[in-house]
Amino acid sequence: MSGPSDYQPSNPALQWIERRLPIFGLMHSSFVAYPTPRNLNYWWTFGAILSFMLGIQILTGVILAMHYTPHADLAFKSVELIVRDVNYGWLLRNMHAVGASMFFFAVYVHMLRGLYYGSYKEPREVLWILGVIIYLLMMATGFMGYVLPWGQMSFWGATVITNLFSAIPYVGESIVTLLWGGYSVGNPTLNRFFSLHYLLPFLIAGVVVLHVWALHVAGQNNPDGVEPKTEKDTVPFTPHATIKDMFGVACFLLLYAWFIFYMPNYLGDADNYIPANPGVTPPHIVPEWYYLPFYAILRSIPNKLAGVIAMFSAIIILCFLPWLDSARTRSSKYRPLAKQFFWIFVVVCILLGYLGAQPPEGIYVIAGRVLTVCYFAYFLIVLPLLSRIEKPRPVPNSISDAVLAKTGSRSTPMVSTAIALALAGTLFAASADKARAEEGGTKPPANSWSFAGPFGKYDRGALQRGLKVYKEVCSNCHALSYVAFRNLAEAGGPGYSVAQAAAFASDYKIKDGPNDQGEMFERPGRSADYFPSPFPNEQAARAANGGAAPPDLSLITKARSYGRGFPWFILDFFTQYQEQGPDYVAAVLQGFEDKVPEGVTIPEGSYYNKYFPGHAIKMPKPLSDGQVTYDDGSPTTVAQYAKDVTTFLMWTAEPHMEARKRLGFQVFVFLIIFAFLMYFTKKKVWADSH
Amino acid sequence: MNPDASTIAAGAPIEVDLSPVAEGQDIKVFWRGKPIYISHRTKKQIDEARAVPVASLPDPQSDEARVKSGHDQWLVVIGICTHLGCIPIAHEGNYDGFFCPCHGSQYDSSGRIRQGPAPANLPVPPYTFVSDTKIQIG
Repeated sequence: MSGPSDYQPSNPALQWIERRLPIFGLMHSSFVAYPTPRNLNYWWTFGAILSFMLGIQILTGVILAMHYTPHADLAFKSVELIVRDVNYGWLLRNMHAVGASMFFFAVYVHMLRGLYYGSYKEPREVLWILGVIIYLLMMATGFMGYVLPWGQMSFWGATVITNLFSAIPYVGESIVTLLWGGYSVGNPTLNRFFSLHYLLPFLIAGVVVLHVWALHVAGQNNPDGVEPKTEKDTVPFTPHATIKDMFGVACFLLLYAWFIFYMPNYLGDADNYIPANPGVTPPHIVPEWYYLPFYAILRSIPNKLAGVIAMFSAIIILCFLPWLDSARTRSSKYRPLAKQFFWIFVVVCILLGYLGAQPPEGIYVIAGRVLTVCYFAYFLIVLPLLSRIEKPRPVPNSISDAVLAKTGSRSTPMVSTAIALALAGTLFAASADKARAEEGGTKPPANSWSFAGPFGKYDRGALQRGLKVYKEVCSNCHALSYVAFRNLAEAGGPGYSVAQAAAFASDYKIKDGPNDQGEMFERPGRSADYFPSPFPNEQAARAANGGAAPPDLSLITKARSYGRGFPWFILDFFTQYQEQGPDYVAAVLQGFEDKVPEGVTIPEGSYYNKYFPGHAIKMPKPLSDGQVTYDDGSPTTVAQYAKDVTTFLMWTAEPHMEARKRLGFQVFVFLIIFAFLMYFTKKKVWADSH
Repeated sequence: MNPDASTIAAGAPIEVDLSPVAEGQDIKVFWRGKPIYISHRTKKQIDEARAVPVASLPDPQSDEARVKSGHDQWLVVIGICTHLGCIPIAHEGNYDGFFCPCHGSQYDSSGRIRQGPAPANLPVPPYTFVSDTKIQIG
C-alpha cells in the first residue's frame, strides 16, 4: 500500500483492469512483494490470526443473523432454535460465541507483544492508536453481542454496563434513557444493540484496513527493534510470512476447535441459559472474562463516577503510550529493567482479571485497589522514569547481525514466557470458574456419565428410561418447552423410530386453534408439536406451587452449575470435564433429607435439600423407590431414576452433542495433519533465511 | 433514539390497591419496566428509620421527607440499586431494609443507603394517595 507499484500482470485481461484500477499491484505490493523483517518470531503471527478471526466472526455472524429474532420475547428461544433446528446451527453458534473469546485472547497477545517490543514507538504511533481504537470497538461489539441471547447474564450485564453512563454528572440519566430507548433495559434496547452489533464489525474491518495501511507505510517492527537497512534484513511477505502465518493460524485453530467441539460452555456462564427476567437479579453479575480486569478497576474505587472514569482511563491511557515511554531503545529484549516491569505488568493484569470475578468484599477490595494503583503506575510512573534512568544493552547494528548472533541466549525469555503464560491460563480459568461459583450448598458428587469425554455418547437405555421418568413424574410440574416429539426420533437421541415418536405424540392433547367458529380446540399431538407445559403461564405455575415456579427443564443441565474450586477448573480444561450441571441435577434429586440438621431453619412449605443452595427447596421429594416401573430390568431405585432422568435432560439441553463430538474428532485429525504440513513447508521456505 | 410514543404511553401512571398488604409485608409492582417496592412498615422499622441522625447518612435525607405524611407506614421506592442497577432484596441486610446482591449495597427501612458502593438513596417515584388504601404511581 505504499506508493505506486511497478507490478504488471501477465494476463492481458488483468492488464486491462490494472491500467484502470491498479488493484492487483496494490495486492502484490502489500501481500506478496512487501518486505518483512526476517527475524520476526511467532508472536507476530497474531496479526494474521486476528484478521482470520474477524473474518470468521463476520461470516458466522451474518449467517446467525439470518436465523435470529431480535425481540425480547423471542430472542432467547430463537437462539435455542438455531442450536437445535438449523443445519449445523450448533456449530455456527459455538464458533461465534467461542470465537469472541478467542478474538480477545489473540488481541491481548497482540497488544502485549506490541508493548514488549516497543511497537508503538516512533514512527508507529498512529498505527498503535488505530489499534487501540479497534480494541475499543471490539469491546463495544463483544458487549452488545453478549446481550443478544437475552439470558439472565445478558440482561443484567446490559443493565450494569449501561448504568455506568448514569455516573456522568447532569446528562447521565438522559444518556442512559437514550441508550435504552425506554425506562429500563427492554425490547428497544435489544433491537438497537442488535443493529449496532451488526454494524460495528464492519467499522472494525474499516479501521483494520487503516491499521494495515499504516503498518505497511511504517514497516513492521521486529524483536530487535532496529529498522531494516539492507535487502539482507528482509524477506518477501509471500511465501515467507504467509506460510508462517498459516502455521500460526493452524495452531490457533487447534485451541479454538478444542473449545468449539469439546468445551463450548467452559468460557460462558450457566446463568445465561436462564431466559432474561427483569424481576430477579442473579447473585453474581460477572462480565465475560475479557472485561474482568477493567471491571475490577471499576469496582475497586468507592466513588461511582471516579470508578467509571478510572475504568475508561485504563484503556484510553494506551493511546498516550508512545509519549509516556520515550526510551530510544524499542525492544525490551535490550532493556533489562523494562523487561522485568513488563512481566510484572502482565501479572498485575491477570490478577486484576481474577479479582474482577470475585465478590467485592474484604481482602478482594483492598487487593483490587493496590493492583489498580500498580496498573496506572506502570504507565504513569514506571515507563516515563525508566526511559530516563535505564541503561539499555547495546542493540545490534542490523537485523541480519541479530539473526546471525542468535544462538544460545534464547532460553531466558522462553522460560519467563512459559511461566507467565501458565500463570495467565490458570488465573483466567480461575476467574471464569469463580464467575460460576454459587453460594451455599454442598458440592455434588461427581458421577460417571456415558456422555462425558471426547467420545462420549448418550446411553440409549438411560434416555428412554429418563423420558419415562420425566413423563410420569417431572412433567406434572415442569415444562420441557424446547423439545418436540420429533426430536425423540432424531439421531443422537433416545433412538425411537419416526412411527414410535408419532405414537408417543398422539398420547398428548395439544391445544390448537382458533377453528372456523373462532374457538380453541384440543387435538391429539403430532410429531411436530412440542411437549405441552403443565401450566398455562408462569403466574399459574407460581400460584400452584407455593410461590416458586418450577423451572423449564429443557436446559436445566446447562443452566445449573457450581464452583469447582482450585485446582479442578484448570484440570477440567484438559480433561474436558463439564458435567457440573448433570452432577448438580442428579445430586439435588437425591439430596432430600427428612431430618433437618441442627442450626438450619427451613421455612414453612419448603423442604431440606443437602445440595440446593441455601438448602430450602420448594419442590417436595419427587422420587421414591419403585415409583416408576422399568421394562428392561434396571433397578427401580431413586439413584437409578435420578441418573436416567439427568441423562435424558442432558440430551434435551444438548441434542446434538454426539454429532458435535464426532465432528470434533474429524476436525482435530485434519487440523493436526494440516499444522504439520504447514510446519514443514514453512521450514523448507525459510531454510536459507535463518 | 429516545423512547418512542408507544413506550411513553405504556409508562402512564398506574393505581395500586394497598389493602391486601399486611403490616410487615411488601409487594413489588412494575411501572415503566422498573420494580417498585411498596412496604407496609412496622412500628419498629419506622422508629429505626427516624432514630438515625440524618447528618450521619451518606445521602442525607430524613425519613419524613421520603414518605407521605399521614401515611408514614407506607414506603414506596424504586427497587433499583443506585450503584449499577441491580434489584435489591427486601428484608435483608443489617438495616432491616434492602440488600443488593450484586455489589453489597445495604439500604435501611427508609430505602436510604447505609453501606456499600451505591452513591444515593433508593429513589422515591412520584406517587399520590388517591384514598387511604390506594395510591397512584406516576
